[in-house]
Amino acid sequence: MASLFQQSMPSTGPGYSFASAPTHHSSSGPRQHAFYPYTDNGGSTLGISGATFTILAGDTRSTSGYNINSRYAPKLFRIGGDGPENEGARIVLSVVGFAADGNALKERLDTMVKMYRYQHGKEISVHACAQRLSHILYGKRFFPYYVTAILGGLDDEGKGALYSYDPVGSYEREQCRAAGAASSLIMPFLDNQVNLKNQYDPASGEGLEKVMRVPEPLPQETVEQLVRDAFTSAVERHIEVGDGLQMMIITKEGVQETFTPLKKD
Amino acid sequence: MNHFPEAWGRPRDDIYGSYNASYLPQSRGGLQSHHQPTTHTQQPIVTGTSVLALKFSTGVVIAADNLASYGSLARFTDVHRLKPFNKRAVVGFGGDVSDMQYLDRLLNSLDVEENYTSPTGDAKSDDDRALVDAPLMSAKNLHTYLAKVMYKRRTDFNPLWNALLVCGLDEKDQPFLASADLLGTTFSAPSMATGFGAHLAQPLLRRVAPDEAATQELSKEKAVEAIKECMKVLFYRDARSMNEYSVAVIDQSGVELKEDEKLENQSWAFADRIKGYGTQTV
Repeated sequence: MASLFQQSMPSTGPGYSFASAPTHHSSSGPRQHAFYPYTDNGGSTLGISGATFTILAGDTRSTSGYNINSRYAPKLFRIGGDGPENEGARIVLSVVGFAADGNALKERLDTMVKMYRYQHGKEISVHACAQRLSHILYGKRFFPYYVTAILGGLDDEGKGALYSYDPVGSYEREQCRAAGAASSLIMPFLDNQVNLKNQYDPASGEGLEKVMRVPEPLPQETVEQLVRDAFTSAVERHIEVGDGLQMMIITKEGVQETFTPLKKD
Repeated sequence: MNHFPEAWGRPRDDIYGSYNASYLPQSRGGLQSHHQPTTHTQQPIVTGTSVLALKFSTGVVIAADNLASYGSLARFTDVHRLKPFNKRAVVGFGGDVSDMQYLDRLLNSLDVEENYTSPTGDAKSDDDRALVDAPLMSAKNLHTYLAKVMYKRRTDFNPLWNALLVCGLDEKDQPFLASADLLGTTFSAPSMATGFGAHLAQPLLRRVAPDEAATQELSKEKAVEAIKECMKVLFYRDARSMNEYSVAVIDQSGVELKEDEKLENQSWAFADRIKGYGTQTV
């Protein structure tokens, strides 16, 4: 099994997202071409949590190499709730990377959250759901789901909760996170605008006198505008991002979904 | 004849001696300890090229040529790669032909199973049943099923080397079109094309149907015409294609499948104006 990961992704496309994939070693003679079970479907996702809400967003383009598979392939999924349409769900999962694994992961988490309600007679907390998602991912540690997941909801106190993951289940609760193809373009913008990195109080002095601005939860309108700006900018500089922006806003009223067109070029 | 039916028709032990199973593996009662290695498809052998499909206001049109290639050899010229499942779903297969035949057999057994087990509404007899709208498996159901088969097989490192387009009507009788490939990746769009068609035909189809709203306005005739034009472009430029093809239209009235269509009005007249890769003007 180890030899499986000793090769790079097939070079049929740009493959920016998995730049850390192991490179090919030409040491031990000719190597037979084997079936490679992963691909990269591009796209980007982003989540920001506020005092009373969490926003998850993702573009709706699906790519394979330089081809566009579809202009509307959602990366955001409601988890739990009732029936196949997840009515009344309060948790949202976003997955980016290998779309087939993303779908399989979504279905497993959704089934598990629904089973939880039948078995315990109450809705699962985001905290518990987040830990379970980590376990599902780690359960396939040696044949991972090739996805970066972000889970959003409201915690027991009604505050916005956002959990981000790596493909093998390492996770943490954060204020904001960008994932996927354009994560390296979006994340520094979020660091600066949400966590106020490198921002100083202009009223404070110069040099050592400078005082860092203290980050605090942002209002919902500001966050929505930040998300739109992040994606319109990412579309300009990354070919795998575009077509449409899907947003899911989780508040105590429920999940509100919006769609905004992005450039289709 | 004795009362052991499993022995009937076999060479009699009292005449020929007991069966020598020594060459069989131990699992079959033999002596051989080594098993044959399990074999998985590592590459497609006999292949079909592109499949094209396009949604229109009341249904879907799908097409694929009738060629099965063995590498660059045009090996079989009468292979039908559109498989109707029921009266509201058709699957188009690209990629390995033997895997297509396996999936076709799988779908046939699924169809038989569905016809035995699905509730028949208020039908009183078999004759009534044909008239009553029994809950048929929709194209969407079929796509979910096939996508799971494909994903399971890739997860087992034993992929079915195909790119599928599943089209027809969903449970609300709305046009449905989606794909699944050997990795289990799935997606849906107003127009879809597998293989070379993704490069050559998809841009032309997207000009006809850029989004879902445009498909609502598209007539059946316009859609069929667009698909036929794309089949012609593919025959001009895809070296693994053929001028005989199948085309199916699925709408409320059922599946209309034609398996021996021929390309019409071909002309290479445009070719003498092409310079370089076609973008050169001087």
